[in-house]
Amino acid sequence: MCLAIPGQILELIPGPPLLALVDVTGVRRKVDLGLLVDENPVPGDWVLIHVGFAMSKISEQGAHEQMQMLRMLGEDEAAMEEVSGYGQGGSTSP
Amino acid sequence: MRFVDEFRDPAAIAQTAAEIRRIADPRRHYRLMEVCGGHTHAIYRFGLKDLLPDNVELVHGPGCPVCVLPMGRIDDGLAIAAQPGVIFTAFGDMMRVPGANGSPLEHKARGMDVRIVYSPADALKLAENNPEKHVMFFAIGFETTAPSTALTLLRARDKNVHNFSIFCNHVTIIPAIRAILDSPDMRIDAFLGPGHVSTVIGCRPYTWIAENENKPIAVSGFEPLDLLQSILMALRQLNAGRAEVENQYQRVVPWDGNRAALRAMAQVFELRPYFEWRGLGFISQSALRIKDEFSEWDAEYRFQVPGVRVTDPKAAQCGEVLKGVLKPAQCKLFGKECTPEHPIGALMVSSEGSCAAYFNYEYRKSGELVGIGA
Amino acid sequence: MATITAPPKFRFRDAQVEMAHGAGGKASRRLVEGLFAPLLFETGATEPLGDAAHLDFNGTRIGITTDSFVVRPLRFPGGSIGELAVNGTVNDLAVSGARAEALVVSFVLEAGLPTPVLEAEVRAMADAARNAGVIIASGDTKVVEHGKADGMYITTAGIGRAIPGLKLSPRSVRPGDQVILSGPVGDHGITILLARGDLDLESDLRSDTRPVLPFVEALVGVAAPGLRWMRDPTRGGLATSLNELARDCGLGIVLHEDWIPVRDAVRGACELLGLDPLHIANEGQFVAVLAPEFAELALDALQRTPGGEDAAIIGEVRETPAATVLGIAPYGGTRIIDMLVGDPLPRIC
Repeated sequence: MCLAIPGQILELIPGPPLLALVDVTGVRRKVDLGLLVDENPVPGDWVLIHVGFAMSKISEQGAHEQMQMLRMLGEDEAAMEEVSGYGQGGSTSP
Repeated sequence: MRFVDEFRDPAAIAQTAAEIRRIADPRRHYRLMEVCGGHTHAIYRFGLKDLLPDNVELVHGPGCPVCVLPMGRIDDGLAIAAQPGVIFTAFGDMMRVPGANGSPLEHKARGMDVRIVYSPADALKLAENNPEKHVMFFAIGFETTAPSTALTLLRARDKNVHNFSIFCNHVTIIPAIRAILDSPDMRIDAFLGPGHVSTVIGCRPYTWIAENENKPIAVSGFEPLDLLQSILMALRQLNAGRAEVENQYQRVVPWDGNRAALRAMAQVFELRPYFEWRGLGFISQSALRIKDEFSEWDAEYRFQVPGVRVTDPKAAQCGEVLKGVLKPAQCKLFGKECTPEHPIGALMVSSEGSCAAYFNYEYRKSGELVGIGA
Repeated sequence: MATITAPPKFRFRDAQVEMAHGAGGKASRRLVEGLFAPLLFETGATEPLGDAAHLDFNGTRIGITTDSFVVRPLRFPGGSIGELAVNGTVNDLAVSGARAEALVVSFVLEAGLPTPVLEAEVRAMADAARNAGVIIASGDTKVVEHGKADGMYITTAGIGRAIPGLKLSPRSVRPGDQVILSGPVGDHGITILLARGDLDLESDLRSDTRPVLPFVEALVGVAAPGLRWMRDPTRGGLATSLNELARDCGLGIVLHEDWIPVRDAVRGACELLGLDPLHIANEGQFVAVLAPEFAELALDALQRTPGGEDAAIIGEVRETPAATVLGIAPYGGTRIIDMLVGDPLPRIC
């Protein structure tokens, strides 16, 4: 259910069904693109592979934003501290 | 590895872990449940508990499709495979799960044609290459895997392959989460949402958890940094008294899910009125069956299925561990009668079951060594 | 093969033999310790028995070992069953501290095996023997019915003189000792897995089958007094070999996960299939434990030996966790590295 790995599309293999030859650091497999019909994947795209099917395109921007979020985290917290006063959140857990 | 190594970056992990320690309120004890078995496996495999403060507790949820499959269904699948000329195919995860008379691998040792496949597409190809045999694919998994099964069935239809059928044991995640929240012994503060299921169903299906149950949920990826970031998001919400759905895994999870995947599932499957979950009992509208129009490829239609119900030994406390009420080590059989070598319950057989993960990766650590950095 | 430290008691209770019993992991250990050892091996041995035995003949120490080769497909990128049959036995002797000098071979052939296939394997064995500096002195052949033997099974036994001055034993291992690995792990097992064709994966990986004696000689040349223990991590992988050591010496072995060399393609295949490179078979690597003062010298010597460029120090021995192998990630997370019950299986969850 949960093991899905990023791979890069090397070439499209016309169908039906539409397949792609995908590379995962030197290992290659034909992957079914049937779940990405709405997204027009092309060679060079990175996709998430699960049981031989591409589940999603990987957004480089999303990855980049995530790393950015991290860097900003420290800064955000500092700003919030100044404004609202840290540590006054009530305890609602058992 | 691209999109993997960045999320295992030691500096970023250290920074996130430090932030978690900084904001974890020492007066509180936080209980976060990771729903997905893949997360449970990752947490142990990456030793993430070493990085968390003592008052942040991770509770393992029931999102392990092998663990929640009742033993009777394995026996049903093996009964189909025992028919002459049938090849039993399944993911590797299923191969050691014990049925009443042994696991698929043990049946293979006794002469049954049992083969591991990486993809349902490979099972279909096997059928095409062996026209004189019938290939049965034992399908398991949550919504992550169900669309691939659905597409494979449609491919079989389009290619006119009739010596192929699917024994469908797909289950859905939302009823499992509901069962956790409805459980009287439940004490979970927030959830780490199943990242790969969410590539299919999106984040919208979790809004009731935040709005009706007032629990934060961070939809999480599977690398160490993903999990830590999600834990941080959940803690920040709890500290601020917020309860929202947040998408930590946005590089891969679309808020609205994968429409093509949902279409394929809707085309091929419908919900069973109820289905038995091992350890959790019968849950309504929680599992998928193949629609009648596709019964040609439904193993339960093509073959007589005994429909055996096998109860677990009373001493095995799989249900309570599945719901997060007990920790693996608290089950009376853990480490004694029930080990990966001779598993009693599915939580010990499946490598993402909390008992197996705990036994394999954590159990024998000495207190002195844990927490020592590289 | 498992090592035995105390007179074993018969306790193998499985009703039948399963594939897991041949995989080199816990089930194999149960079979050897619970059935073979009590009935076959000398009890009260002064040293734990390893893959090879060292016997004394009037003052000359001779190493002797045997191994069977069962592999499908017979030919794969980087080698074939014939090469494995020679190198595997040479390596078992090498890591026990002996230089293989002669092999004997036994063939079990399936009726219907095409002659060119057999000839190719015999040539491969001859080439491998020349390359390893051993003679194949004698042999035996049996033929079984079509449908048995997967084409052919080969068993080799090897003998050779012990390298003087070595005292290899789990009991020599001390906290602070260093663990050194000759090169990347996982190449052989993943190559075989892909060569079977069931998973529809392809890569440029090749089996790493080769004699490891040159590396052992390099180590012995600079570190003999500090060399405690060696093993060639075949079925069951590095994790199994080190777990056997940990069990036999009662100490902890701590591995720094990012120091362990793994090729990209092995990593990719393992991530895709949910496998751990540490559980995958190798046929051309060895792992050694040595006293810390020799570690850098040893590493240098290995890296200068052709084929040893990727050698690395991968961890150390500690008092705790007792009898356990522990992995530490660069960010500090720890996990137990256990041996598997049977063969590693691909997973999707």
